[in-house]
Amino acid sequence: MADISSSFLGIQSPNPFWLASAPPTDKKINVLRAFEAGWGGVVWKTLGSQVKNVSSRYSAVNFGAKKMMGFNNIELISDRPLALNLKEISECVRLFPDRAMIVSLMADNNRKSWHELIKQVEDTGAHGFELNFGCPHGMTERGMGAAVGQDPEIARMVVEWVMEAATLPVITKLTPNVHSVVPTGKACVEAGSNGLSLINTIQSVTGIDLDTLVPNPYVDGKSVFGGYCGPAVKPIALKMLTTIAQNPVTSKVPVSGIGGVSTWKDAVEFMLLGASNVQVCTAAMNHGFRIVEDMCEGLNNWMDEKGFKKLEDFIGKSVDKITHWEDLDINYHHVANINQDKCIHCGLCYIACEDTSHQSINLAYGKPYNTYTIKEDECVGCNLCQLVCPVNECITMVEKRVAPEYLNWKEFQKRGLPLNDH
Amino acid sequence: MPITNNRLTADQYAENFSDIHPPFETKDAALTEANRCLFCYDAPCMKSCPTSIDVPKFIKQITTDNVKGSAHTIFVSNILGAGCSRVCPVEKLCEGACVYNFMEEPPIQIARLQRYATEKAMESNWQLFDRKPSNGKKVAIVGAGPAGLSCAHVLARSGVEVTIYEKESKGGGLMTYGIAAYKVTPSFCEDEVNYILGVGGIQVRYNQTLGKDFTLSDLQQSYDAVYLGIGVGLARQLHIPGEQLNGVEDAITFIYNLRDKGFASVPVGDRIAVIGMGMTAIDAATQAKRLGAEKVIMVYRRTENEKPCTQEELDIALLDGCEVIWLAAPKEIIGENNQVTKLVCSKMTLGEPDASGRRSPVDTGETFTLDVDMVIKAAGQTPYTDIIQEANLLNQDGKVSVTQGAITNIPGVFAGGDCVNGGKEVVDAVQAGKDGASAILEFLKVS
Repeated sequence: MADISSSFLGIQSPNPFWLASAPPTDKKINVLRAFEAGWGGVVWKTLGSQVKNVSSRYSAVNFGAKKMMGFNNIELISDRPLALNLKEISECVRLFPDRAMIVSLMADNNRKSWHELIKQVEDTGAHGFELNFGCPHGMTERGMGAAVGQDPEIARMVVEWVMEAATLPVITKLTPNVHSVVPTGKACVEAGSNGLSLINTIQSVTGIDLDTLVPNPYVDGKSVFGGYCGPAVKPIALKMLTTIAQNPVTSKVPVSGIGGVSTWKDAVEFMLLGASNVQVCTAAMNHGFRIVEDMCEGLNNWMDEKGFKKLEDFIGKSVDKITHWEDLDINYHHVANINQDKCIHCGLCYIACEDTSHQSINLAYGKPYNTYTIKEDECVGCNLCQLVCPVNECITMVEKRVAPEYLNWKEFQKRGLPLNDH
Repeated sequence: MPITNNRLTADQYAENFSDIHPPFETKDAALTEANRCLFCYDAPCMKSCPTSIDVPKFIKQITTDNVKGSAHTIFVSNILGAGCSRVCPVEKLCEGACVYNFMEEPPIQIARLQRYATEKAMESNWQLFDRKPSNGKKVAIVGAGPAGLSCAHVLARSGVEVTIYEKESKGGGLMTYGIAAYKVTPSFCEDEVNYILGVGGIQVRYNQTLGKDFTLSDLQQSYDAVYLGIGVGLARQLHIPGEQLNGVEDAITFIYNLRDKGFASVPVGDRIAVIGMGMTAIDAATQAKRLGAEKVIMVYRRTENEKPCTQEELDIALLDGCEVIWLAAPKEIIGENNQVTKLVCSKMTLGEPDASGRRSPVDTGETFTLDVDMVIKAAGQTPYTDIIQEANLLNQDGKVSVTQGAITNIPGVFAGGDCVNGGKEVVDAVQAGKDGASAILEFLKVS
């Protein structure tokens, strides 16, 4: 059995799965249920300025039969009294001393407020802070949340204030509502933030009710942009994580990966791209805390199969596999192959290729079953047919190199090789 | 108990004849199934439908909350799409061709989804087709069965004035009078006919029999074209001794009575032999059982491999408790006091393949006897040969000969459905009606 215990900035947890700062970590009752279910740690829902929430807070994007492929919310930070939150945090730490307890913070935008808040939370026995520089709704209008994270210099200033007062490790959570997360990430690290976490939610409109014509979520005839999360945002989160992992400044600090993590596989992907652990919210809100069981078991089995003994053995292993386009090997070529024994004759590969790609699939009409074969000479190897095929391993991409040696775009240009030749 | 009616309580009848393939109870159930559909290109299901319903499209439209569009997609190819969703042998048509079968997964429940969309359209009385302005052309159609209705609907949409002559008092043909009640009820058939007629431009004259109340030449004089969708009607005789005894009935009449007169008024015996293994034989056997017969024995002269009904249909009969004797041909019906008491059968064996390609039954010379008090004959139907010959229609054994799917030897007279093909599925008749309509429109030079 692999060791899946995690140490993040010295904060120990039995597994790398934390619950993100969000409704599931708002109260003692939720957090105790999470710890009982096996979660390695929680980031307590953001404490700070006093707020009032509206009713009707969530909405979702469904895709086909799958509900909540994407999810958004317009909830603010914790709307419970600070003293109650602090008391409950202490109790949770006492009842589950082996779990990580991080507290998310968002103070009013001045040094004094931050210092006071940090002092109060440090007394709870929590293990670290996460600075919420990412909340995209409600708080931004008051100069907090994403309003801080979107401006590297403001973020730098706030982190400096925090580091003056904090004795516990500080993680800064980054907003994705920027053209690049790197400038703010860099500023925070330079200002002393011990770690980073990303991504927070993405500003969004999930959809519109076609009867009322009011977008979701509906609040008495109106709506606002909500923070988007869930499986749909994972690819964006992984990209942003990679830019942090590849930057010489930000890569020096540990990163907690967030954004659509629903399974152990998602978690592994975040960790391969440099996250030391992951935070989960939407998947738990969709299915309950019990999902952590398979996350632990699946991670463990995968690590055993791959021969990884501890998390550090694979964290970051895919970071250098994402390169610049101009460094890709132009001599690499592969073409699709359809396994006729597995083919169910649905024609999805054919129509996708014929209508939208390179007309590289041959159709022989049959009644009722057509036969589809690849025109290898036409196939550019785009993968589309393989992606749309509903049968596992029916369409495979077979390597057919143009030439044995590595040839990138820069060299290709230098040699004056032919362009636009397909 | 002798042959008698009213064997069960009203509740028992209701239960025995309730919907055998219940519809989706909820939108969620329909969506779950619809979302399984892969949306195949040049889909095998569509190619296996005699009317070429664009199945992937109508299923996709259910998933996009466009049920009206879904119903239109179905009806544009098959105006009896609602009825067909209940009576089609989909296991050998669309669902049998579904690519999920290759994955060893249950095929998409196409019929049930089709029922979902079409039922909604009928309940809401969505009239999904506009009629072109009248072009002054008049066409007579004989028979308000699936072929006639399908033909009438296409013609009416094209601006033709259509008059249908129907010998029964209700439309629908075999849908109304010849199919097991647990598949479609007579009241559903009536609703379906009314829904189809809702397009306008179609007048139906009921209780008008060709050859009795009017002749083909009457119609030729009064109309620009005539379409014959008269079906087949006569039960094939066994030509064995005892066939005239009381208690011997043909399945067509038996099912007709059951649908026309109500379950409680149809008498059945205690021990019934059903001759044949086609869909009608199954419908007669299962319904005899459901009317309260104690024992129903199906007698078929070939083996299970050659049976004309589908396995699904046979399974219904077996689950209803019907027994089957393979390789048995009726030889003689014996009676006492003019009442059936026994059926003598010849034991058969399989010989060389016959014209149908199936191995033909050969008499072994051995016999066995069944104690029965009723015999239902379901050995096929024969065409209305007399009517067809009197009208000088070119025919083959009473089946009207046509070219291009609908054109008879008499100019301006067209035909389709069972009277041409000898008796196939409802869905085949619907397609024949469409083919007939396009041949008529071409003949009338209506675009």
